[in-house]
Amino acid sequence: MHGIGFDIAHLLAGSLVLVSLTMLYQDRLYALLNTYTLHAVVLGLAVAWQARLQDAPHLYITAAIALLFKAGIIPIALHRIVVRLGIHRAIETVSGIGTTMLAGIGLVGLSFAVMLRVTEGAALVAREDVAFALSVVLLGLLIMVTRRNAVSQVVGFMSLENGLILAAAGAQGMPLVVEISVAFSVLIAFIVIGVFLFRIRERFDTVDVRALDRFRGERR
Amino acid sequence: MMVMSLLAGIGLLLALSVLALFVGARPAGTPLVYAIGLVLSLFLLAVSGSALLRAGPAQTLVLPLGLPWIGTHLRLDALAAFFLVVINLGGAGACLYGIGYGRHAAEPLRVLPLVPAFLAGMNLVPLADDAFTFLVAWEFMSLASWALVVAEHRGAGHVEAGYIYLAMAVLGTFALLLAFGLLAGPAGDYAFASMRAAHAAPPVAAVVLGLVLFGAGAKAGLVPMHVWLPRAHPVAPSHVSALMSGVMTKVAIYAVIRIVFDLLGPPAWWWGLVVMGFGGASALMGILYALFETDLKRVLAYSTIENVGFVFAGLGLALAFRADGMAAAAALALTAALLHVLNHAVLKSLQFFGAGAVLGASGLRDMDRMGGLIHRMKVTSVAMLAGAIGLSALPPFNAFVSEWLTFQAILLSPALPQWGLKLLVPAVGALLALAAALAATCFVRLYGIVFLGRPRSDAAAAAHETDPFSATAMVIFAGLALLLGIVPGPALGALRPAVASVLGTLQPAALRLPWLSIAPLAASRGTYNGLLVFLFIAGSAALVAVAIRLVAPGRTRRGPAWDCGFPDPSPSLQYSAGGFAEPIRRVFGPVLFRSRTSVHMPPPGETRPARLVVRSHDVVWEVLYAPVAGLVAAASSRLNVMQFLTIRRYLSLVFALLVILLLVLALWR
Repeated sequence: MHGIGFDIAHLLAGSLVLVSLTMLYQDRLYALLNTYTLHAVVLGLAVAWQARLQDAPHLYITAAIALLFKAGIIPIALHRIVVRLGIHRAIETVSGIGTTMLAGIGLVGLSFAVMLRVTEGAALVAREDVAFALSVVLLGLLIMVTRRNAVSQVVGFMSLENGLILAAAGAQGMPLVVEISVAFSVLIAFIVIGVFLFRIRERFDTVDVRALDRFRGERR
Repeated sequence: MMVMSLLAGIGLLLALSVLALFVGARPAGTPLVYAIGLVLSLFLLAVSGSALLRAGPAQTLVLPLGLPWIGTHLRLDALAAFFLVVINLGGAGACLYGIGYGRHAAEPLRVLPLVPAFLAGMNLVPLADDAFTFLVAWEFMSLASWALVVAEHRGAGHVEAGYIYLAMAVLGTFALLLAFGLLAGPAGDYAFASMRAAHAAPPVAAVVLGLVLFGAGAKAGLVPMHVWLPRAHPVAPSHVSALMSGVMTKVAIYAVIRIVFDLLGPPAWWWGLVVMGFGGASALMGILYALFETDLKRVLAYSTIENVGFVFAGLGLALAFRADGMAAAAALALTAALLHVLNHAVLKSLQFFGAGAVLGASGLRDMDRMGGLIHRMKVTSVAMLAGAIGLSALPPFNAFVSEWLTFQAILLSPALPQWGLKLLVPAVGALLALAAALAATCFVRLYGIVFLGRPRSDAAAAAHETDPFSATAMVIFAGLALLLGIVPGPALGALRPAVASVLGTLQPAALRLPWLSIAPLAASRGTYNGLLVFLFIAGSAALVAVAIRLVAPGRTRRGPAWDCGFPDPSPSLQYSAGGFAEPIRRVFGPVLFRSRTSVHMPPPGETRPARLVVRSHDVVWEVLYAPVAGLVAAASSRLNVMQFLTIRRYLSLVFALLVILLLVLALWR
């Protein structure tokens, strides 16, 4: 079944990984948020295509949720948070862009090396999809690890969740309940993290997580 | 049906512990909770007792609780019924005792809700018929007892004792978990029924035996897994000490019997030797520790180790006989072990009740500050005397019967075919005989120092009799101990189905003769008639008393004792607990405890007193446990750095671990 359907699924999931890699080197918050919006849109398209491919109408709901919440509400809310917090300045990455990108490429390679071997025997679409999804998850973690700013850590977390949803959509037979609960858990995580962001700022006048470390009196 | 009523009783016990949370703070709450606990324990005792006497086939029940694909399997066979009788007998006694003794609790809310929960956990263990239910009940029992150990958390060493107990309990449960995992095999069926049907391969079975001896043996107090027991049992409130020592160790013995005899399949001949070896070592070491200890409750805890050793020796013998197809001998050994379980539960509960009464009356646990309590605590001293004679295994009390039966079984060992058993079983028998003799020394010392002589401290001089509820509990248990010794026949008869359910064979029919005699092998090779012995002792004592009355003048007079030329001697010149045990320490101490004695004698003319200092080492602790504790402490101080990382470092650690695992997966597949 190497038809056009598989190619398009491949293309969309691959684009998601590409956007994740792009997020790695965005050094301004607005740019990062816009890239994240693009990430969510691509995710919505990928899931919708999976819905068509698998003939599973409930996946359209997942795609709609992804588009509505992740490409709509959450980026807008994050924009507003950034404005209200007054942090339009550049975000610093921990290591250089080159190193980060190299690490990201290595992670993508690793996830393919693992997934294609582990999932032998599964349907080809699902295999490719899961491998891409794992790359997205690892890249999201990498974003979280390399950033110091709490908002960009949140964005990394959100893109990680996108990877999970991609995996859920690719695995055939995943019940709708699971998908919806994943979607809502992301939303709730977002709300909680948003609340925390403001609490952190209220107390420390910054959302740089180093302030938290200083507050805990830790060595470095 | 009976399973349902037992479950109802257990459920009510749990409900009682919730109720205790609400009423515990009030002064009337303590007696109320213990009184309800007493009623529930008596109910459970009656149900399990009737199940034991009815001796029908095992009843099972599956509840749709617990893990979804396992459920909760319950099963009541004669063995479980027997242990439930032991548990609820001890539980009823502890509750009756607690009605009075509970008043001493400084913080009743730390004790009161946990006692019914502890009882419920112990009741659930013998009923469990799958590994999951068993382990949950087991762990529930462990944690409830741990919380009771640290209930009086202000005392020196109490929290440390709780910590050691918790560590050993968790390790033990872990060992049992692994044992069940091996028994379940690759199919992973955790119901006991399928474990019973499948026989493990010999090497696997040997590993399971080792794990069970470690896991359940630690709870029972087998040497060298005993280290927590003498620390934890004494620091709990006394009725809880009675439950832990008298009953919880029996639940552990139940676990050993259930797994090794019932689930593990046919034994290899050397298993019996291993179990007997642990039993013999525990019996001897336990009683030696007890002899050199001066804390009253710790003496009793160490004596528990000795008695558990006796039970394990009987179990080991039964395994050996069973492996060689000697069904009657195996039944005899197992009967002796089970009877000793019952006897020790009664006696040790009684002794801890007495120790609690002494503690409540005088606030003392150190034997070297007691003395002369026989004049101030008449009921307690009589009950303790019964317990002391019983634990010394003297007729006509009950422990004599079970220990005598154990020795009778040991005398059958020359018929075993393996030379290893032929030679080593009598050696273990010699260890047990030595332990039994030392036990008599130990309890003569205990009774003499605590109750006889003159008070060694003001607190002992001001002691008073305990409350009527505690006294009733003690008198009932002392009466039970005597009754079980005088007429052991009915108890042995009640054990028949339990033994049969384990071994599939009945006890030798000749075990019971007319006129209440028992004969383990054949009437020609020795019989015992508790009633005759009792009548002889009572009759000769009465005769002596009458004779003295006739010869002696009039009434009793109190006069000065011959004072060896020292007028007005201080009470501290009496025999001390350490002094009484010194001859035995001279024999065993240098080898088993690495004890060193040094005498500091001042030169003539100096007024400084001479000093004798004895330094002993707990070799088991220093060799086996201290290095492990040191390693754990070192490792945790190294890992302490991990507690102070930044959030990003933690994230990076998680991330790195994930990547490493993926790499391993990528390379390994």
